[in-house]
Amino acid sequence: MNLLIRGGTVIGPEAPFRADVLIESGVITAVGERLESANATVVDATGCWVGPAFVDIHTHLREPGREAAETIESGARAAAIGGFSAVVAMPNTEPALDNVPLVSYVLAQGAKTPIDVAVAGAITIGRKGESLAPLADLAALGVRLFTDDGTGVQNPLVMRRALEYAAPLGLRLAQHCEDEALANGGVMNEGPLSARLGLAGRPAAAEEIMVQRDIALVRLTGGRVHFLHLSTANSLAMVLAARAEGLDVTCEVAPHHFTLTEEACSSFDPQFKVHPPLRTETDRAALQAALATGAIDAVATDHAPHAPELKDMAFDEAPAGMLGLEHVAALTHEALGDNPVALFNVLSRGPARVAQLRAADAPVGLSGHGGVIMVGEDANLVIFDPTATWTGDRTALHSKASNTPYDGRALTGRVRSTIVKGRLIVHEGALQ
Amino acid sequence: MSFRGANVLTLQGVTREAILDVLDTAESFVEVNQRTVKKVPALKGRVVASLFFEESTRTRLSFETAAKRLGADVVSLAVASSSVKKGESLRDTITTIDALGLDAVVLRHRSSGAALQVSRYVPHVRVINAGDGQHQHPTQGLLDVFTVRQLLAERRGVLPSETGSQLFEGLKVLIVGDIRHSRVARSDIAAYHALGAEVRVAAPGTLLPNSLEGWPVTVAPDFEEALAWADVVALLRLQQERGSGSYVPSLGEFTNTFGLTSRRVGLLRPDTIVMHPGPMNRGVEIDSDVADLPQSVISRQVANGVPVRMAVLYLSVAEKKEWS
Repeated sequence: MNLLIRGGTVIGPEAPFRADVLIESGVITAVGERLESANATVVDATGCWVGPAFVDIHTHLREPGREAAETIESGARAAAIGGFSAVVAMPNTEPALDNVPLVSYVLAQGAKTPIDVAVAGAITIGRKGESLAPLADLAALGVRLFTDDGTGVQNPLVMRRALEYAAPLGLRLAQHCEDEALANGGVMNEGPLSARLGLAGRPAAAEEIMVQRDIALVRLTGGRVHFLHLSTANSLAMVLAARAEGLDVTCEVAPHHFTLTEEACSSFDPQFKVHPPLRTETDRAALQAALATGAIDAVATDHAPHAPELKDMAFDEAPAGMLGLEHVAALTHEALGDNPVALFNVLSRGPARVAQLRAADAPVGLSGHGGVIMVGEDANLVIFDPTATWTGDRTALHSKASNTPYDGRALTGRVRSTIVKGRLIVHEGALQ
Repeated sequence: MSFRGANVLTLQGVTREAILDVLDTAESFVEVNQRTVKKVPALKGRVVASLFFEESTRTRLSFETAAKRLGADVVSLAVASSSVKKGESLRDTITTIDALGLDAVVLRHRSSGAALQVSRYVPHVRVINAGDGQHQHPTQGLLDVFTVRQLLAERRGVLPSETGSQLFEGLKVLIVGDIRHSRVARSDIAAYHALGAEVRVAAPGTLLPNSLEGWPVTVAPDFEEALAWADVVALLRLQQERGSGSYVPSLGEFTNTFGLTSRRVGLLRPDTIVMHPGPMNRGVEIDSDVADLPQSVISRQVANGVPVRMAVLYLSVAEKKEWS
């Protein structure tokens, strides 16, 4: 299938420019004004932004083990609707993705979907934080990111060994920063609100202590750390200081942390329960402000599907986590204002760089993501309408789960089309 | 804001008028409880479900007695034998029971916010919070201020309902112990504050909430001085079952520093009222002989539970607009 994207504004890494884009056999073959093609399907992009499709480096696909919440197939559909050409499946499945057969299984299932599914492997066996998973064997399958996400590696000696082992393999360790002893089973941000609501708190310090610890370990080992879902202003400041010092650290923020605050927990609605928890307005505003500055490498969804009955439990009994894939582009667009370059930096180019999914370093079997719209590039593109207005609706999701905190929220900006490897898989907002 | 026809979920932000409405209504039910036939037909034909997801003796008995004395049909869920233990969701449990045709649910749950959640699942049913986690226990707060007003009115030889909130003006209330984990403290503080009393709290640093920002209380710098200051001393149960044990080095040290011991009783003024919501840990937060002193009004608190809960049920349920 050949496609001619006509009438859009192409978003380059530095500046937007008006151009049509011709795609033939999965590759961009022409970029320019008023292109014509005899045998290409014309895709109208008038009034839209055309850029590299989005890359989510933090997606819980739940398969194997919790297919009632999500499968690789259903998660890939939700991702395509959200404008993603690639996702990184997190390893906290049941059992965990800590061995070659399981990782191979997820990669094989992912290959059956229209998008590219990469895998983050577990750092430790069973994500128990005790002994190292086979990082080199998994790297040979194309795994570039490793994490025990759901929890962080609690023991600093284990984390040190992991960093020392991963560094020469060119791997990056992604950390869920929360000291579990200090978090102490808390269910929301600790502060005046948690005290009033009688809900056990997870203090900001539980996150910040581990951010600071891992920065010290990067300094000690020369390793590379990616900080998952930073949620406090202090965490972000520490990571920026570490980067200024020359340490190889990257970071992401999740959409809920720059759109929502702990106030949402006043409703005791478990849809707002997430780890790390929703924080204060000061934190939220700091994360939002940093989105446009280049300080944050990636917006990552932490898309965390749960079967509906689990979110109908009491707040402290319900599992933590919320969906993100289908709303994140609109939420990030709103948070950035009219800033297409920054939008594609945090949703595509930055995450592709962190996860090593760009054309130059993409693992065998996957195409290049997060690139530049130019001749010769793999045709992974998204057409985004920055002015479309719509409303979040938990009953209209493509994910198997419906645990979105954005039900009923007015949204601006919507993915019109997603093109993966030259195929139009989402058109006019619908799966093809 | 009023409890008439409304859910009773929290005393946070409650108005003085709403509390006085309950207290005055409860006064009228005191008399009913002294009759030979202790019943009024105010809730005749109404169905009240008593759902205790957490162990309780006195609160459950008190609510069920109150509902029965108002003529309601009471159905109760025995959690130990229910599907709740099989992992059924709160929503499924409540919607299943609602099929019985409920007018009201009295809910006790170990999780903060459970009563508010249930009120969203069954919006046509009135929900009375009988204690939710560490959040609120509104009827305990109401019966505590009811008991204080009753005692102070008796001393002055006046009828409580004629005094409004007058007896709380300038009243000095000291709440002692495990404030952090206490739903009773959160409800008591809101009730006393709404009525115009001054509230201080005394506890080891670990048993104070991590933040008191926005709470209408001050922390007493010296426990023994505060005992001499107080008109009302409200003790709280040290909640060992919630793991509070690790919040203090030992029960003995807690008693040494914040227990109402026989020695410290001498610091109280003779007319100081000593309260405890029960169940007491005799020898921990209160010495056994102190609990049995005349100024301890613990059994009166229990007795007042019935008329206060009758008032709450009556206002909430009888005043309920018919569901359409």
